[in-house]
Amino acid sequence: MVADLIESIAKIVFVFSMNVGFFAPVLGWVERKQSALMQDRIGANRADILGFTAIGLFHSLADALKVLAKEDFIPAGANKFFHTVAPFICLVPAISTFAVVPFGGRYELFGHQVNLVIADLDVGILFVFALASLATYGVVLAGWSSRSNWSLLGGLRASAQMLSYEVAMGLTIIGVIMVFGSLRLTEIGALQENFFHWGIFLQPLGFVLFFTCAIAENKRVPFDIPEAESELVAGYFTEYSGLKFVMFWMAEFLEIVTISGIVTTLFFGAWHLPFVTDQMLLSWLQFAGANGAAFLAMLVNVATFFAKVIFFIWLQMSIRWTLPRFRYDQIMRLCWKMLLPLALVNILITGLVVLVL
Amino acid sequence: MQLLIFNAFCVGAVVSALLMVTTKRPVRAAMSLVATMSFLAGLYVLLDAHLIAVLQLIVYAGAIMVLFLFVIMLLNVEEKEGKLAGKTMLLQAFATVVVGLVMVTMVGLFKANGSLGAAGDASDAFGTTKAVGQMLFTEYLLPFEIASLLLLAAIVGAVILAKRRIDDSGTE
Repeated sequence: MVADLIESIAKIVFVFSMNVGFFAPVLGWVERKQSALMQDRIGANRADILGFTAIGLFHSLADALKVLAKEDFIPAGANKFFHTVAPFICLVPAISTFAVVPFGGRYELFGHQVNLVIADLDVGILFVFALASLATYGVVLAGWSSRSNWSLLGGLRASAQMLSYEVAMGLTIIGVIMVFGSLRLTEIGALQENFFHWGIFLQPLGFVLFFTCAIAENKRVPFDIPEAESELVAGYFTEYSGLKFVMFWMAEFLEIVTISGIVTTLFFGAWHLPFVTDQMLLSWLQFAGANGAAFLAMLVNVATFFAKVIFFIWLQMSIRWTLPRFRYDQIMRLCWKMLLPLALVNILITGLVVLVL
Repeated sequence: MQLLIFNAFCVGAVVSALLMVTTKRPVRAAMSLVATMSFLAGLYVLLDAHLIAVLQLIVYAGAIMVLFLFVIMLLNVEEKEGKLAGKTMLLQAFATVVVGLVMVTMVGLFKANGSLGAAGDASDAFGTTKAVGQMLFTEYLLPFEIASLLLLAAIVGAVILAKRRIDDSGTE
């Protein structure tokens, strides 16, 4: 009982500090640095402490300090309650979705079973969808409550776009569920121990569709029409300042991390190293004793998982700085006329293959 | 602990439902309904029906209510002035009491019939995706298929309504 409690608290603290403490601020820096690299600029390198710049990392620190000192401004005529609540509705799902994503397997440590996921839900992947669909309200309410035409247009675009891509994403997931026969993310991860059973080999089309829908759901370029700065100033968060403004950005960065985590779990073998089964890993690490081997295996698996996550973060950043923004009708056509039929075809083919095998 | 959470969810659900019917602002009413549905999802979780809880959030809170909000924002529905007539209020009160009585009678009948399980009856598998799916595709296959037919009819109807409007504007 006490061990369970300690385990839960340790996992929550680990995931929270990893996401909010490490990924969120560092991604702000990565975004600047990578865009600079891809556009042949130098990028953030001016903020320094005693002449030491830490390759621009201090910009995140400077940003945080600046934001804390800014005035929290609510425009006249805005709906105060919803204007205040909207960024929270955006941020809370972004933080809590990672609770069902496993970042390691099961380990026997000192006679205690350690399961490296905060909440091992039977409905795992559906929980992700439930929270993602609630995040829509943050965006829509932010747009509506600001009493600004730019914001309202951004909110309207966001609601239609996120709703449409949720439908396509839900259908895409069905193929994955059919192959693995479970909604539980830990089970899906455990089934990918064999390299050739990774989701990407079983569901190649599913991966492309899911990744596209996930980026659209997160409203990043090329799908960032709700905040299109060349026409809508900043879209739904035009009227936000200070900490609340940053909360929208944090939600976006955390969603990047969550998307990477889910893609890794569903399609890229979760915490498994390619061609290495759990048994092999344990036998290689046997020199450290039974508990030591389990502990080292845990470290290796967690490191593997986060290495994959970082790769997909990099991939999303590269896409963001490579593609131009789609027009709104193109986004809608892509969803309803291409992704949705393809997802249905994917289900049909998967069903046939599952039936034959 | 469970009782405490149950009470909190119940109070939340009832209060937000009351807010929904009493407020005059459309967006506030819609958001109250979202809150009600979220609290109901919490109650489902307490009943070990995780799948239903999550589906409640995805379908009702996540999809349908976003559409509601979308329409409210698109049409820019404003706050409605004026009071309800006394006669309408009376009718509403009457309807509320009748619906409540019907509910109580129904639950009483089910209870007397013995088709309502007592507390603690549910097995471990209860409420899991597998259990719900198995029931849906064996015992309740016919109602399930009828419901899907109904939805199909609704989709076809919506498409026809939307199409006609385009044709009308085209001929003008």
